Amino acid sequence: MLHLGTPVEIQRPRGVPLTKKQFYVENKPFTCLDGSRTISFDRVNDDYCDCKDGSDEPGTAACPNGSFHCTNAGYRPMFIPSSRINDGICDCCDTTDEYNSGAKCENTCKELGRKEREVLQKMAEITKEGFLLKQHLIEEAKKGQQEKQSKVTDMQGNKKQLDEKVEVLRTVKETAEQPEKEAKERHLKAWEEQKAAIRLEKDKAKMAEAFLELDDNADGFVSVSELQSHAELDADADGTLTETEAQGLMGGAEQVDTSTFESVWPNIKDKYHSEVMETPPDEVKEPVVDNDSEPYPEDDISEEEDEEDEDDYHEDDDKVSCGCVQAPPTIKTPEKNHEDEEAMPSYDADTQALIDAAQKARDDFEEAEKALREMDDQIRNIEKELSFDFGPDAEFTYLYSQCYELTTGEYIYRLCPFNRVSQKPKYGGSETNLGTWGSWSGPENNKYLLMKYDHGTGCWQGPNRSTTVKLTCGKETVVTSTSEPSRCEYLIEFTTPAVCQEPANTDLSPHDHEEL
Amino acid sequence: TGSSCESWDVKLLQVSTFAVDRGNFKTCDQSAFCKRQRALKPGQSPYRALLETLELSDSRLTLQLINDNNKVHLLLELYRLQGNMTRVKINELKPLRPRFEVPDVLIAEPPTEPLSVLSKDDNGVVLSLGAKNQRLIVSARPFRLDIMQGPEVLLSLNSRGLLAFEHLRLHKDTDKEEDGLWEETFKSHTDTKPNGPTSISLDFSLPGVEHVYGIPEHADDLKLKTTDGGDPYRLYNLDVFQYELYNPMALYGSIPVMLAHNTQRTMGIFWLNAAETWVDISSNTMLDFVQGSSEKPQTDVRWISESGIIDVFIMLGPKPSDVFSQYASLTGTQSFPPLASLGYHQCRWNYNDQEDVKSVDQGFDQHDIPYDFIWLDIEHADGKRYFTWDPHKFPQPKEMLQGLMDKRRKMVAIVDPHIRVDSGYKIHNEITSKDFYVKNKDGRNYEGWCWPGNSGYPDFTKPEMRAWWSSMFAYDQYEGSMENLFTWNDMNEPSVFNGPEVTMHKDALHGKWEHRDIHNIYGLYVQMATAEGQTQRSGGVERPFVLTRAFFAGSQRYGAVWTGDNAAEWDHLKISIPMCLSLGLVGVSFCGADVGGFFKNPSTELLVRWYQTGAYQPFFRAHAHLDTTRREPWLFGPENTALIREVIRQRYALLPYWYQLLYQAHKTGMPVMRPLWVDYPKDTATFTIDDEFLIGSDLLVHPVTEEGSRGVTAYLPGAGEVWYDVHTFQKHNGAQNLYIPVTLSSIPVFQRGGSIIPRKDRVRRSSACMENDPYTLYVALSPKKFAEGELYIDDGHSLNYDTKKEFIHRSLTFANNALTSSNLCPDCNFLTSSWIEKVLILGASKPSKVLLKMDGKETPVDFEFDTSMSVLTLRKPGMNAGADWTLLLQ
Repeated sequence: MLHLGTPVEIQRPRGVPLTKKQFYVENKPFTCLDGSRTISFDRVNDDYCDCKDGSDEPGTAACPNGSFHCTNAGYRPMFIPSSRINDGICDCCDTTDEYNSGAKCENTCKELGRKEREVLQKMAEITKEGFLLKQHLIEEAKKGQQEKQSKVTDMQGNKKQLDEKVEVLRTVKETAEQPEKEAKERHLKAWEEQKAAIRLEKDKAKMAEAFLELDDNADGFVSVSELQSHAELDADADGTLTETEAQGLMGGAEQVDTSTFESVWPNIKDKYHSEVMETPPDEVKEPVVDNDSEPYPEDDISEEEDEEDEDDYHEDDDKVSCGCVQAPPTIKTPEKNHEDEEAMPSYDADTQALIDAAQKARDDFEEAEKALREMDDQIRNIEKELSFDFGPDAEFTYLYSQCYELTTGEYIYRLCPFNRVSQKPKYGGSETNLGTWGSWSGPENNKYLLMKYDHGTGCWQGPNRSTTVKLTCGKETVVTSTSEPSRCEYLIEFTTPAVCQEPANTDLSPHDHEEL
Repeated sequence: TGSSCESWDVKLLQVSTFAVDRGNFKTCDQSAFCKRQRALKPGQSPYRALLETLELSDSRLTLQLINDNNKVHLLLELYRLQGNMTRVKINELKPLRPRFEVPDVLIAEPPTEPLSVLSKDDNGVVLSLGAKNQRLIVSARPFRLDIMQGPEVLLSLNSRGLLAFEHLRLHKDTDKEEDGLWEETFKSHTDTKPNGPTSISLDFSLPGVEHVYGIPEHADDLKLKTTDGGDPYRLYNLDVFQYELYNPMALYGSIPVMLAHNTQRTMGIFWLNAAETWVDISSNTMLDFVQGSSEKPQTDVRWISESGIIDVFIMLGPKPSDVFSQYASLTGTQSFPPLASLGYHQCRWNYNDQEDVKSVDQGFDQHDIPYDFIWLDIEHADGKRYFTWDPHKFPQPKEMLQGLMDKRRKMVAIVDPHIRVDSGYKIHNEITSKDFYVKNKDGRNYEGWCWPGNSGYPDFTKPEMRAWWSSMFAYDQYEGSMENLFTWNDMNEPSVFNGPEVTMHKDALHGKWEHRDIHNIYGLYVQMATAEGQTQRSGGVERPFVLTRAFFAGSQRYGAVWTGDNAAEWDHLKISIPMCLSLGLVGVSFCGADVGGFFKNPSTELLVRWYQTGAYQPFFRAHAHLDTTRREPWLFGPENTALIREVIRQRYALLPYWYQLLYQAHKTGMPVMRPLWVDYPKDTATFTIDDEFLIGSDLLVHPVTEEGSRGVTAYLPGAGEVWYDVHTFQKHNGAQNLYIPVTLSSIPVFQRGGSIIPRKDRVRRSSACMENDPYTLYVALSPKKFAEGELYIDDGHSLNYDTKKEFIHRSLTFANNALTSSNLCPDCNFLTSSWIEKVLILGASKPSKVLLKMDGKETPVDFEFDTSMSVLTLRKPGMNAGADWTLLLQ
């Protein structure tokens, strides 16, 4: 039982740690460590379990719940379950667990200790450097945060001014639009009147023409029979204009002269077809209000018409900065036949001046409003960024709006912290969303060790894809590995200085072993 | 592994309900021969025995039958077989071509006994069946057979006149053009049926029988139901995606054996036919001639098969154990598995790579949970080319296997029978060059779609092909394999994703036989050749371990069976019990269901309950579908980890008992996991119980299979017997329904008073680590203060127990206050370093003194007595487990 190479080994029953040595006194009755019973000392390590807590068999496999202590000089001492004593498998690097199994174990403690120290040393270096980097990150993040904070504050001040400016310009615009509107209406009204007069004139001429045409026998009267020759005037649309129908159109008279025809004309003029070549029935064009060239001020757009489109338009506007937005929805009527000889005359100089003034006011107002919207967006973006949990010291801030990639055999994985994780086949194919930023999800004592991204693309008969990102201390910010431990549940290992802990002030000398 | 559809049938993407797509599988009505046969009416048998043709040699009687409708002659052969069995064969007297007779199922030509004619007249013949006043009556018109014992009819054949034998004919001679005679289409698949109609059918009546069991595999209750008004039970090995419970649909395996049981007698019918088979069961009554006017219950059974001949073995019991040994004498017994395979198996589709395997292995040690085997599903192979390893995920298989071997653990890798058609694949090339593939009807290699894509199917019915396949398991052939690598045969129905009913076309050819003839035995051959390969690679020294999904009568000889692709649902947990019980009744003892459920994610409660159930079933393996979340035992919080650890430890402590029961099954054919009626055949209360079961005769288990359960009612059988709760040692009387309150940690298990169970209570990380550990004997006394049991010990893995008699087999008896170990195999020769560390005697009274008598010496033994539970504990008696000794209580 004595380890010959370690003369400082203190004698005690097999498997007992030094800290419990005092409970095992040779040739004195042994009391189970849970106090449940006392047995004679020869029952300690006699390969039969007497104590419920297993404490009488620290060096055998007799107790199901016992544990065995190996000193592992040169490495770390440890406890193993009693069931691993003499099971043919070397568990303790000092080989003490296999004293009767025939297993050929070699003492590997020194080697393990050396390796461990190397690893620890390396880790310590990384941690140290990483921690320094982390301090920079924190500083920068704090600076950045302050900058952003003050920027937001500034912008909010500016925004207030801009708000006021917009209001002022709105008033200016509205003030300019009133006289514009009145002048345009005046112009329109005059035009309407003029058109009515022209229309009347034309109608009279047509009536006279029709009278002459209808008066086949040129007796100065249009008779019922003469009217009947114009079947298109048939009221019941049976194809013939009966005598009674014709008489009805003529107000009951047998024949009419030019002046009485004036009262017949309104009954027939809509259907009347001239027999001679004629311009089509002359409908006076409605005046074309030129609303194409004059965008309505936003508030004037009628609600039922374009509210939705308008919203869409603005959403697009946020993203698309080029002028390639689809045609504004206000363009409804295509250019009408402008060969219309009766187009509205252009505005007179006074009206045009009022219109120009109003247009300038509108432009000024819109420009100001756009500036306000942009500022709002900026403020919102900064506020969104500021609202993220970037760690207790904002050390994760630098990851924001960055992306990190790792190329594996088949795929390119892309991690954009606080945003999303995706996977793209290396040789073409579409990208798969492996999850969008959810939350920090590490253990309670340090939630910043794991990131959870979820609600990615759905899996067949399975959940939506999700990704856990495991953060470890490293000098560099880099994705080190990806895996899919469970179908559609991805694991990304990611090193960053941001999780490096302040190195404890430890020296790297081997552990103080009980024996040394 | 998984089932067929997901990778190829995109339509199923939309149908994500967890239920079988019944439209993919035939009903009797959609199977032309079944429809034809079922349309026949009873009581109109056209068959007549031509008594003048009777010939009787010493043990064989032949007699011609004629079908009076078409004048076709049949030849009836009758044999009296040793061990109280009768064999009835019916074939065409002069078939146009030979009809298929199933080879390789019977372990030998069954030895016969002499038959003699007792009397003969124009109406029939009476034959003596030798023993016990048994007679066989052959009635001439219509033909009928009755097996009598004394005045009692045990069983009648063709008593309802449903014998129907479709003789081989030429297409041009078909009298009427009926649908489905010469061609049949199901969904998009046409079966060309070049041989026309070939089906056979026969009915059996079982007077006095109300309970019939067996004919697995069906996801249904233990007691078979009548099939009136529904489909018959179907036997046709199929890869059924997301199978439904409680119906007679066919599943992965078929064992055409039915048991009939009443309080007086147990009998069996073994219908040796490998074609698609349907079994109708109806419950009737008949006038009891003996008792006078009283009505007697009766069960009528009708078997219908698509081709082959009628070859039926009637096993006459009379005890349940007699039927088991009768069936075992025909088809062999359960293979004796390596001890380690009775431990816990950790499986998943898929462990991703070597790292994953390593970390799962470490997980077990970190959480102090024992396990013996870790499994690799189809993703481990390079492009689903079995016998290979994915070069990226498993670049160093031997390193991985060595890592497991260092922990005294093992691995199983899947090898399926579909072979990727790929000229760069050695296995495919060799099969092609040796012309070993199954052929399609045109004589070209049959190809179908399976996991690797386009695949060929080796013709396992060919002995030369099987020999070649076996040779592929040699260490120098199967690269990366080592002695701790074992095999799993999945998809061996065979599964053909784009075939009719997801299997092979019936007109595909195996040599001169159609797939139609051999379908149900294909899977057996795959496992047979694989197991043989494993034995061979060790030079015939080591026992194989092969798991199969498809099976047939005789499959028990080659390894373990599991119930296929179940689901993480409570009902699937429940059905695992009757499914394995049914298999046990017909020879397959080494049975289990995927713990946790294959499809879907189990709730934590369901997972824990499933471990608690699975730990008490013979084959104990957790498995999960590719799309499920990880579910290694430690992923559900420390409390659930502890519950799972505890039950796996219970399993390991009981390994000596499990091992001994498998040995018994191997030697005698007795099922390991048994319905209660097997041991309590006269207790009608046990006849339909399938929510609890016996392990051997001595442990009764009533798993908790209800969600949120607060208690279960277990039936403890045996008037005048007692049962001891194995956890508390509390004693309960037999023949009662016992209500047991339960918590999530409860697993109601009872040890029979009168039994002795050896355990190894020092549970370690794998069974191999426990090899030399001492035993604790749990002696549960009957009310008469008696108990007996056995102890079986060998090296746990080699065939030396068989070839060199290297084992220890002890009888343990407690009688007259003395516990004695005596040798059941004096000429056996095995040394163990295991010893007896403790003896617990349940139901004991306090002795004044305990003495160990051994080698002529008497030494006192320390003991403790627990008055509250009457448990006497003998401390460290210390004798070697292989020695003769007596412990005397004074």
